[in-house]
Amino acid sequence: MPARNDPPYAAPDAAGRFGSYGGRFVAETLAHALEALTSLYETLRDDAGFRQALAEDLSRYVGRPTPLYFAQRLTAQVGGAKLYLKREDLNHTGAHKINNTVGQALLAKRMGKPRVIAETGAGQHGVATATVAARLGLECRVFMGATDIERQRLNVYRMELLGAEVVAVESGSRTLKDAMNEAMRDWVTNVDTTHYIIGSVAGPHPYPMMVRDFQAVIGQEARAQCLEVEGRLPDLLVACVGGGSNAMGLFHPFLDDAGVDMVGVEAAGLGLATDRHAAPLNAGSPGVLHGQHTYLMQTDDGQIMETHSISAGLDYPGVGPEHSHLKDLGRARYAAATDAEALAAFRALNRAEGIMPALESSHAVAWAMQEAARRPASDIIVVNLSGRGDKDIHVVAGLGEAGTP
Amino acid sequence: MSRIAARLAQRQGEGRRALVTFITAGDPTLDATAPALHALVRGGADIVELGVPFSDPEAEGPSIQRSSERALAKGVTLADVLHVAAAFRRADADTPVVLMGYLNPVLRMGYEAFAERAAAAGVDGVILVNLPPEEADAAQAALATHGLDLIFLVAPTTQRERAEHIAARASGFIYYVSLKGVTGARHLDVADVERGVAALRAVSDLPVLVGFGIRDAESARAVAARADGVVVGSALVDAMGERATCPERIPAALESWLRPVREAIDER
Repeated sequence: MPARNDPPYAAPDAAGRFGSYGGRFVAETLAHALEALTSLYETLRDDAGFRQALAEDLSRYVGRPTPLYFAQRLTAQVGGAKLYLKREDLNHTGAHKINNTVGQALLAKRMGKPRVIAETGAGQHGVATATVAARLGLECRVFMGATDIERQRLNVYRMELLGAEVVAVESGSRTLKDAMNEAMRDWVTNVDTTHYIIGSVAGPHPYPMMVRDFQAVIGQEARAQCLEVEGRLPDLLVACVGGGSNAMGLFHPFLDDAGVDMVGVEAAGLGLATDRHAAPLNAGSPGVLHGQHTYLMQTDDGQIMETHSISAGLDYPGVGPEHSHLKDLGRARYAAATDAEALAAFRALNRAEGIMPALESSHAVAWAMQEAARRPASDIIVVNLSGRGDKDIHVVAGLGEAGTP
Repeated sequence: MSRIAARLAQRQGEGRRALVTFITAGDPTLDATAPALHALVRGGADIVELGVPFSDPEAEGPSIQRSSERALAKGVTLADVLHVAAAFRRADADTPVVLMGYLNPVLRMGYEAFAERAAAAGVDGVILVNLPPEEADAAQAALATHGLDLIFLVAPTTQRERAEHIAARASGFIYYVSLKGVTGARHLDVADVERGVAALRAVSDLPVLVGFGIRDAESARAVAARADGVVVGSALVDAMGERATCPERIPAALESWLRPVREAIDER
C-alpha cells in the first residue's frame, strides 16, 4: 500500500471553514435550513442504510463504476507520459454531475421536501437534477442564464422533456452566477418545501463539503483502478475547474498521497492577459459571493466581474472554497487553458480516441496533453473526462478551425 | 447616545412608531441621492437607509435588483456612497443614516478603513445582508471602535436559541424580516409578523423594526401596530426609477408618497 500522510488532511472545520475559506455568508432566512441540512447530512453520511441506498443508485441507475481508460493513441501522439481518462462522460446523463444529484435527491426525500431547485450553466447539472427529480417524483425548477440558454438549447429541451421548468435568468450577466442568485431567491421564498441542489463544491456550508463527498467516488474509483492496472498511484491528476466539483471529486481521495500532484485547469477564455476569462485562482483575489469566502473575479470596488469562457460550465467568477484552500496550501496547482486550446483538444480527442469530450473537460485534456509532452514515458497522468461533448457540437460547428466565429 | 438610539428612544417616548426608508445610492444619479434623502426626512422618515449597490444582490426582489444594476452601470462605488452620506450629513445633523448592502465591497475596502471612513461621513449603522453573526466578529469590532452599530436581521425561520444569540450581540435595533422571501415580495402576513415580533421581544429589549413587503400606507399601518417601526424600500426605489429622466421631480414625489405612510403609522 502506498504511504499516506499522517495526520490525514481534514477539512472543513465545524463552521465549514477550509483554512480561511468557505463559511456560511447567507441571508438570515436561510440559516436554519443550512443548519438542518448540515445536521441531517452529518448523520446520514455514516448511516449504513443511506450509504447502501446511494451505492445502489450509483451502480444500477448511474452506471458506476466508470472506466479508467488508457488513451493509447493520444499518448503516442503527444509523446510523453501515459494519459489515462476517467470516463465520467459515460455516466447516465453524460457527466459527473449526477453523482451529486443522486445523493442530494435522497436527502430531499429524507427531509420530506417535495420540490427541488437548481442552478445550471452548461445545463449538465440542470439535466442531472431534472433526471433524479423525475425518478423520485419531485417537482423541479432549474434556473439558467438567458445567455447560457442560447448556447445550450439541447440541454434546455432535455430538462423540459424530463418535466422540469427551466427559468431564463435575465439579470446581471445572464450566466451561471446570476442563475445561482435567482436560485437563492427562490429558496428564500420556498424554504419550507424546497431543497436547493447546488451543483458544485460551492455555496454556503455544508454544500462544498457535501458535494465533494458525493463526487469523491470519482477519485476513490480512479485510485483503486490505477493501483489495479499500473500497480501504483498516478503521478499527476488533471481536471477542469469552474466551481470545481469534478476536480474536487478526483483530487480528494488522493490528498494524503504525497507523491500524487494535482492540477486544476481554469478557463483562460481569450487569454489571462485579457479581462475575458474565468480564472479566479489564476487572476482573482479572495472575497465573498454565494455564501462562501473564496477566490473571485472582482473589481477594486468588490463588484463581481463578468467572465468569459467558451464553455458555459466554466463561466463562473468564483470557485469552490476548498480549491482556494488547496491553492494556498500548495497541495494543488491551478493552471488555465484558453478557448482555442480547449477547442484543439476537443478535436484531438475525437480523432485520436473516438471520444467527444465536453468543452469543459476539453480544458483539462488540453493542459494534460501539453504537460504529458514535458514528462517521461514512465509517468502516469489521470485526466478527469468530466462530461461528454454532444451538447457542444453546435457551438463547435459554428466556429472555424482557429476557434473563432 | 448614538443617533439611532436617540431617535428610537425619542419616538418610543412619544408613543410613536419609527419610519425607516431605503433607497439605493446613485440611482438614478449620485447627485439626486442626497436631495432624495432630505425629501424623505421632510416626508416623515426617522432613519434613512442608503443602499450600497452590489452586482449580486441575492436577497433582493426585482425593484432593488434593477436599481442596483442602474447605479452600477453609472459606475457608483462604495466610496461614492460614503461621499453621498457625508453630503447628506452636512445638511442634516440629526437623522440617523444606515448603510445597507452586501459584504464584498466592504471586505474589499477593509473593515477598518470602511469603519473609519463611514464614521467620518456621519454614518451611524451598517446592515450587511449576507454577514450572519457567526462570521461577523471582525466587522463588528471594527465598526464598534468607530461608534457604528452593526445591525442584524432576524427572520421568520430563525429559531429561538439563535435569536437569543443574535440579540445578545445586536446593537441599535433588530431588523425583523417580515416574510420568507426577497425584498418587495407581495405575500406579507400580518399575523405571522405579530408572532415573529412577539417571539423576538421575549429575547431582546432592543427596538424591533420590520421590513420586506411593506409597500403602502395600509401595510405600514398594520405592521407598525405590531412593532417599533417599519422599513419601506422597494416602493420608493420604484418611484425613483420611474423618474430617472426627470430627477428634479424625485424629491417632491418621494415626500408626497411618504407623508400618508407617516400619517398612517402615527394614527394606527
